[in-house]
Amino acid sequence: MTKNAFYEEVIIAGFGGQGIMLTGKLLAQTAMQAGREVTYMPSYGAEVRGGTANCMVVIADEPIACPVVGRPDSLIVLNKASLNKFCPRLKEGGLMIMNSSLIDIEPEPADEVEVIAVPADELAVELGNPKCTNMVALGAYLQRRGYLTVDAAAKALPDVLAKRYHKTLPVNTAALRRGAEFAQAKAGGV
Amino acid sequence: MIEKSDTCSETHKRILMCGNEALAEASIIAGLDAYFGYPITPQNEITAYMSRRMAEEGRVFIQSESELAAINMVFGASATGKRTMTSSSSPGISLMQEGMSYLAGAELPAVVVNVMRGGPGLGNIAPSQSDYFQATRGGGHGDYRTIVFGPSTVQELVDYMHLAFDLADVYRITVVILADGFLGQMMEPVLLEKKPHRELPAKDWALTGAKGREQNIVRSLWLPEGALEALNNKLKAKYELIEKNEVLCEQYEVEDAEIVVVAYGIAARIVRSAVSRAREEGIKAGWIRPITLWPFPTEQISRAAEEFKIFLTVEMSLGQMVEDVRLAVAGKAPVVFYGRPGGGTPTVDEILDKIKQLTIPEKR
Amino acid sequence: MKTVFKRTPTLKDCPTHYCPGCGHGIAHRLIAETIDELGIRGRTIGIAPVGCAVLAYDYLDVDMIEVAHGRAPAVATGMKRTNPDKIIFSYQGDGDLAAIGTAEIIHAAHRAEQLTVIFINNAVFGMTGGQMAPTTLLGQVTATTPKGRNAAGEGYPLQVSEILALLPGAIYVERCALSGAAGVRKTKKAIKHAFELQVEAAEGLSLVEVLSPCPTYWRMTPAKAMEWIEKEMVKVFPLGRLKG
Ligand SMILES: Cc1ncc(C[n+]2csc(CCOP(=O)(O)OP(=O)(O)O)c2C)c(N)n1
Ligand code: SF4
Ligand SMILES: [Mg+2]
Repeated sequence: MTKNAFYEEVIIAGFGGQGIMLTGKLLAQTAMQAGREVTYMPSYGAEVRGGTANCMVVIADEPIACPVVGRPDSLIVLNKASLNKFCPRLKEGGLMIMNSSLIDIEPEPADEVEVIAVPADELAVELGNPKCTNMVALGAYLQRRGYLTVDAAAKALPDVLAKRYHKTLPVNTAALRRGAEFAQAKAGGV
Repeated sequence: MIEKSDTCSETHKRILMCGNEALAEASIIAGLDAYFGYPITPQNEITAYMSRRMAEEGRVFIQSESELAAINMVFGASATGKRTMTSSSSPGISLMQEGMSYLAGAELPAVVVNVMRGGPGLGNIAPSQSDYFQATRGGGHGDYRTIVFGPSTVQELVDYMHLAFDLADVYRITVVILADGFLGQMMEPVLLEKKPHRELPAKDWALTGAKGREQNIVRSLWLPEGALEALNNKLKAKYELIEKNEVLCEQYEVEDAEIVVVAYGIAARIVRSAVSRAREEGIKAGWIRPITLWPFPTEQISRAAEEFKIFLTVEMSLGQMVEDVRLAVAGKAPVVFYGRPGGGTPTVDEILDKIKQLTIPEKR
Repeated sequence: MKTVFKRTPTLKDCPTHYCPGCGHGIAHRLIAETIDELGIRGRTIGIAPVGCAVLAYDYLDVDMIEVAHGRAPAVATGMKRTNPDKIIFSYQGDGDLAAIGTAEIIHAAHRAEQLTVIFINNAVFGMTGGQMAPTTLLGQVTATTPKGRNAAGEGYPLQVSEILALLPGAIYVERCALSGAAGVRKTKKAIKHAFELQVEAAEGLSLVEVLSPCPTYWRMTPAKAMEWIEKEMVKVFPLGRLKG
């Protein structure tokens, strides 16, 4: 492994039904199409019947050794249980995107961590589809990290979204954009 | 980024697939005629994928009533010269052991995929490496071997699927792909095209109807005095040939290493990260990754043990492959084990700690 | 005021892991009520299947064992033959009993084992993600029949109860459905009868097949799932007493 080569480990977590797996796949697909190496690891099985869901995505310039993420560089958490579980594992200097619509507590991560609270449920509702929470959060993440564009993600979306949901492409794309705008405004404003 | 540019044409042919689906598609590309299987987690994607794709290809898919039936369907299809496979996870693979023994006795080619989960018993559905003994020791009754691959990436699953079918035909043997829940479920970019591998012998032993030739018989019963012993010796010669020609193994910075970490499959990837970090911290560490678990890279490990090094074997089990490492090292160096059973996954930090403990004198 | 619903002691007071509208929970309750009404809790041993009901021992407060997929009737045989005074019941899904465990159930009936079998037919493999079961209806879409079950290649829905009813060793076979209050009442009666026969040491196997909703993998609302049992399932799996 070359030192200082690009290497980003992400955990995305929430409850079943929030589209956690789709979010991870979209991130992985976008990164792959941008020519990066990538691994995507879902949690599976018991989680199907409710409960929490999470996935791990690793993005790098060189072939990835370990697909299991112990300490993520970035964390996207869509509910409180996930925040409690994964926040302590976030690396110093890391980024956390949290869905403040469902997380009413102030997280207490290490000082060096950037936290972006996005009212993702509300923003999704404003866009007319409450199921887009995940895309709002991903848009915010992409904006803060900057190594992949929202446009690239929007372009990759049809490849990971099942055909029968393709009618939701426009609203999902809008959600990615809305999340990015929100994050930019928020980060710029602080 | 210059090195990257020549792979660029390949880069955009890559597709993101989970291991289970990728190995299924690879089998189809490798000319699979018939798939037989019974659902079990964490390999259900294979069965579901095959139900759709084999139908599209006009080939045979059957969801059998059990794994016992699946392996015997494989036995039947293989006896007629067809390329065939089954897949399952640990509890289902146990049920297949009888059939695998008969496949060995009858010298029929077959490919069996085991996407391992935690055991014993119903265990759990988390990734595990606890079926190493079963896979590499034959598993069923009688004196036999199966070739066993322990791939560690989704791309390797694809590549070794092709090779598995070829080796099965070349040696008339069962090839086991020993994967785990991580590999089955995780997605990585893959290139699917078929890579030419082996020259394949004619299947003149197959049951195709004795038209214009003497009858063919597929059997594993040899009652006359000495007959079974003769078959056993024939198998032995075949197994020795495989041991000579088919060992696959990868190693990294073993020459100057004080400590060599041995691991296969997904565990080997975690080890790679840990060893890189150890090197960054100035520890002379290297790794050896057996790709074929049988035949085992005994020679490679034995050679590494010539100069005194510490061997650390890392597995997602209570310690199974470590016995083969000990046999290979043959007392020339210490062999230490670190593992997590029952669906636990060793972390990079844990392995790094272990490496430090074994190499930094004050930590010992 | 009259108590409309009172939890029977053998049913543990805890939430289950079943999906909303699943039939397993109702079937558990009926078994628990039966055990309490017959006063046999202290000598009953249950066998949990491999399937969504694998954790049945978390809900039924009797001695229970978990066994390999499909092997319950063989395990039950081992228990009953060595403990004739105990009441042994197995609880099995259609994958467990009608796919991988076909040999065991046929031979337990064939040997006229004194056992009680509760057979939950939900026309899919629930636990592994909604694949085809032997009892899946023709045309039914499952994870492994993406175009719907086709008789050519995938066979017809397997009527195990009818097959078992042919065997002299099966003394009581009845098919019920968990749809509607009347259906649940009838199922309860049948389950109770199947236990009573064993209590009376009647010589043979009793089995109650229960048509049970799996809204999750039928991709229906719970209400629609009940309707589907009444409209579609019963056409292939007619209700009523098949034997005894
Ligand atoms: C030997 C073996 N093969 C496969 C499995 C995976 N498996 C678990 S449950 C099940 C089928 C469950 O279906 P069913 O019996 O109909 O029960 P349901 O979940 O629908 O109630 C299967 C195939 C297993 N546990 N063991
Ligand atoms: S998957 Fe089906 S059978 Fe299993 S708990 Fe859910 S509804 Fe019930
Ligand atoms: Mg079922």
